[in-house]
Parts: sequence; C-alpha cells; structure tokens
Amino acid sequence: MEKIIAGKNITVNEEGYLTDFSQWDEQVGEALAAEANVPLSARHWEILKYLQNEQKNQVALSIRRIGKSGVTDIKEFYQLFPNAPLKTATKIAGIPKPASCI
Amino acid sequence: MSEDNGAIKKMMIILSKGTLENVYAAFVLANGARMEGIEAEIFFTFFGLEAVHKKKLEHLHVATVGNPAMHMPTMLGGLPGMEALASSMMKKEMEKIDMPDVHEFLDILTASGVKLWACKLAMDMFHYKKEDLYEGVDAVITVGDFYKQSQGEGVHMLFV
Repeated sequence: MEKIIAGKNITVNEEGYLTDFSQWDEQVGEALAAEANVPLSARHWEILKYLQNEQKNQVALSIRRIGKSGVTDIKEFYQLFPNAPLKTATKIAGIPKPASCI
Repeated sequence: MSEDNGAIKKMMIILSKGTLENVYAAFVLANGARMEGIEAEIFFTFFGLEAVHKKKLEHLHVATVGNPAMHMPTMLGGLPGMEALASSMMKKEMEKIDMPDVHEFLDILTASGVKLWACKLAMDMFHYKKEDLYEGVDAVITVGDFYKQSQGEGVHMLFV
C-alpha cells in the first residue's frame, strides 16, 4: 500500500514497513521516528546506519547480534528505542522487520 | 476482554525445571516478550533454580530419559554419558541458529529489563544462598511477593 511519509509517496506493507529501501531517506526516517515517538539523536542515527548496513550485507538481525555489534549494547538499545526496539528501529531504518525470536 | 482489547502487558514466567529445553523455553518466551515491548519477569523455583545457580547453570542437560520426543529407547538414554552427549549435540545446533548459552542468555535478559526472582522456599530446601546465584537475580522472594508483583491489567502467568 501507499502512504505519504515526509511529503513523499512511499510503498509500505500492512505493518508500515517500507518495501523498497530506495524510497528511504533521512527525512522519511525522521517522519517514521516521530510516528513511533522516538526523537532521534546522533546515537540513534549511528544505530540506524548500522542496521541498514547489516541488512545490505544480508545479516539476520537479532537482539544478540545488536549486543555484539560494538555499536551499542542491549541495555542502551532498549533505552534508545523503548517498546520493541528491534521492530521500531528497523521500521525507522526502512528495512524489513526481522523474523527473529532471539 | 478488558482494557486495550486484552493486550498483553506483562508476562510472569515460572520456571520449575532445570533441563536445558525447559530453561530455553522460559528464556526465549521472556526475551521474545521484551522484543515486542511486553514486560517480563521470571520466578525460578525448585529445579528451575539451577538455571541461575552460578556453579550449575553452565552444566544443564537435556533429558534423555522419559522424553519420548528424543526418539531414543529409555534404556539407551539411561546409559552413562548419554545426557552429556545429547546436550552437547543440542548446544551445537543452538549455536548454529545464533542461540546464546545459558549465561549469555541471562546477560541478554537482564540487559533487556527482565526481572529475575528466586523462590525463597526452594532456596531454603536446596540450602542455596543469594551469593550462590547469578548476580543479575533481583531478589529472593516468596510466592506471595511474586503474586503481588503480578498485579495489574494485561498480566499473564505461565508455568514451565
């Protein structure tokens, strides 16, 4: 389905995740973050960039991997993205929701 | 259905067993809850305490006897070393799917904000002291304390 995010027509799935990463830019990220009530700081951006990079390299994302990323630790990740951090952060980053149980 | 269409807000998980498959079940459920933005707490009682006992948590085994899903004759499962063999095979498979070991899993749970409680009665029965336990255990509490902890809307309780 189509949704207007940051003034642009963006294709998203039924849960609001972007289906085409090429439509993502930082304004879209800001708008998605505002929707999720997560004001973005420089730390948030570092993590979002990390997630996008992992996705590009086709690494399966999990909480355990976040903990070992060297970019952040699990505690900070939960503080920066409260309420379902991996789901929220990937949505803001414009990448698919990880199908991970750990 | 009550408020919020019956949304789950907190999972209270009681772990009463010390076999690897049960410990992992409780841990995955607690961690999965946190990943969905649901609060989670684990109450370790009876053999479940082994999962937070410093000296024992690295040596948990899968049950090879009395476990039909192992597809192993009971007599064979009872042979010396069988449990250790089955456990090390399972641990290898778990590592392949990015499953942490028990200690690392406890670290992940506490970092994710999962509260860990040890059952006072079981602690007394096994003569364990608080300092025998993994440092992330919040406190040793009674069943009554655990029920108080479980009050509120959208709280679910699960016995493993």
